[in-house]
Amino acid sequence: MARVRSDDGPQETTSPNEVERAIVRSARESYGRLVAFLAARCRDVAAAEDALGDAFQAALHHWPATGVPDKPEAWLLTTARRRLIDGARHRGVEGEAGRALLQLADEAERLATSDLTFPDERLALLFLCAHPAIDAAVRTPLMLQTVLGLPAARIASAFLVQPAAMGQRLSRAKAKIRDARIPFVLPERRDLPPRLGAVLEAIYAAYGSGWQDLTGAEAATSRRGLAGEALELGRLLLGLLPEEPEAAGLLALMLHCEARRPARRSADAAYVPLSEQDVSLWSRSMIAEADRLLHAAELVGRVGPFQLEAAIQSAHARRASPGGAVDWESVALLYEGLVRLAPTVGALVGRAAAVSEARGAAVGLAFLDNIRGDAEDIRGDAVAAYQPYWAARAHMLQRLGRADEARAAYARAIGLSEDPAVRAFLLARSAQVPA
Amino acid sequence: MNYTLLIYEGAADFAMRKDPAKAPGYWAAWPPYADALRKAGVFVGGAGLQGPETATTVRMRDGSRAVQDGPYADTKEQLGGFFIIDVADLDAALEWAARAPVGPGAVVEVRPDLPPMG
Repeated sequence: MARVRSDDGPQETTSPNEVERAIVRSARESYGRLVAFLAARCRDVAAAEDALGDAFQAALHHWPATGVPDKPEAWLLTTARRRLIDGARHRGVEGEAGRALLQLADEAERLATSDLTFPDERLALLFLCAHPAIDAAVRTPLMLQTVLGLPAARIASAFLVQPAAMGQRLSRAKAKIRDARIPFVLPERRDLPPRLGAVLEAIYAAYGSGWQDLTGAEAATSRRGLAGEALELGRLLLGLLPEEPEAAGLLALMLHCEARRPARRSADAAYVPLSEQDVSLWSRSMIAEADRLLHAAELVGRVGPFQLEAAIQSAHARRASPGGAVDWESVALLYEGLVRLAPTVGALVGRAAAVSEARGAAVGLAFLDNIRGDAEDIRGDAVAAYQPYWAARAHMLQRLGRADEARAAYARAIGLSEDPAVRAFLLARSAQVPA
Repeated sequence: MNYTLLIYEGAADFAMRKDPAKAPGYWAAWPPYADALRKAGVFVGGAGLQGPETATTVRMRDGSRAVQDGPYADTKEQLGGFFIIDVADLDAALEWAARAPVGPGAVVEVRPDLPPMG
């Protein structure tokens, strides 16, 4: 059905369906860009979201009569801008914030009457969400809400938090952005590595949220994780920072993990460890894309933890190549690099497990035993509650024929497992240890 | 916009003030910092505070004043001084906070000020 402009004389009204489709399309394609642009101008993310929400409501109300505008985003911007200025007038906003709003008004007018698209401020918005002054626990939710427009309840369920509590945390963070004037600006070059690291960690945290490997009825409930959304953020970041190898590394890492998702559960929902996964279920295209990204990142020559993690996953994916096998010495070497850059418990345990495969369980076990000494920052009790440490330890002890110790380690691992399928798997392994 | 930098120091820092060997170094660090704030045009105000042992708290209890010896908070770090600066945003305030010549273990809290009252 043809779109009609309101100055065209007698008009057909546009069907509610077409209006809704146009609004949904605008929201899907432009929500984040619109919020970012408005927030950058008024320095207030919450006000920007509210104003934009009002604008979408207004569109729902007016477009059936006036028709969908040629440039829906410009219309939404102009309407949101008006709301912001009205709101600011009510609050008595003056000085710099007032001037920023007037600038917004000028820009919105220019965009409505020209062919320009409005600037993409989403990179600054991503850095804002991951600013050190923002509570680390709320950075990922903030990104998901402001850049992707995800509802707070959906985010809450993925992080296993009550929707009201999540809503409060988000409000508090946005209030702090406004009241403490956390700036909407790209970090200086010298601050970029740690600030970028925080953005990457926040996106990766979205990937790891929620219950990932649900089947059937469980998968349909809202306790799904946010892997798709994390990939979307990862692609967006790389699009905004195409020269940044760690952004490529993060996306490659997530793609490698995502590629293997279909193989992680058997037909009867049992947990399948990586070494036993049916490689024919892995997504060839995702693996290929991930490796292309990783290769391009390597050419930049600035290695980082996400590139190393992606390279490790790439090494695991070798099993899918014809005649391919995992080169455990290479994996151990990659973990060595990771430990030097980012000595987390995860990296230390990963290194020990790779060494165990490459050089035997006795050597691997020695690496595990040394974990407390290897990382000054890690307190001894960091492994006490770290499930992968105990699972790896149990596996090595089992290989060495140390039955009682193996069973004890399996028991620790089972006690720390959150996933019933993993628990069942470890129980079965433990039962195989000779009495 | 005004921000207040609240400087919390540990017992060792306060002890330096009274140690004849360490005191000159401790006191000499602060004037250059205050100078830099003034030269940058961001200095609004501030003061060094005498140690927590000189503090007295006043509370209103049942309509009457309760006066007590000692500082408000029973923490390891105590307020040693504060600066009020006028800068554009939080990042600028944080940069100045990072330049404060505090000893290890000291904490600088950065708070945006309310607009002036009265």
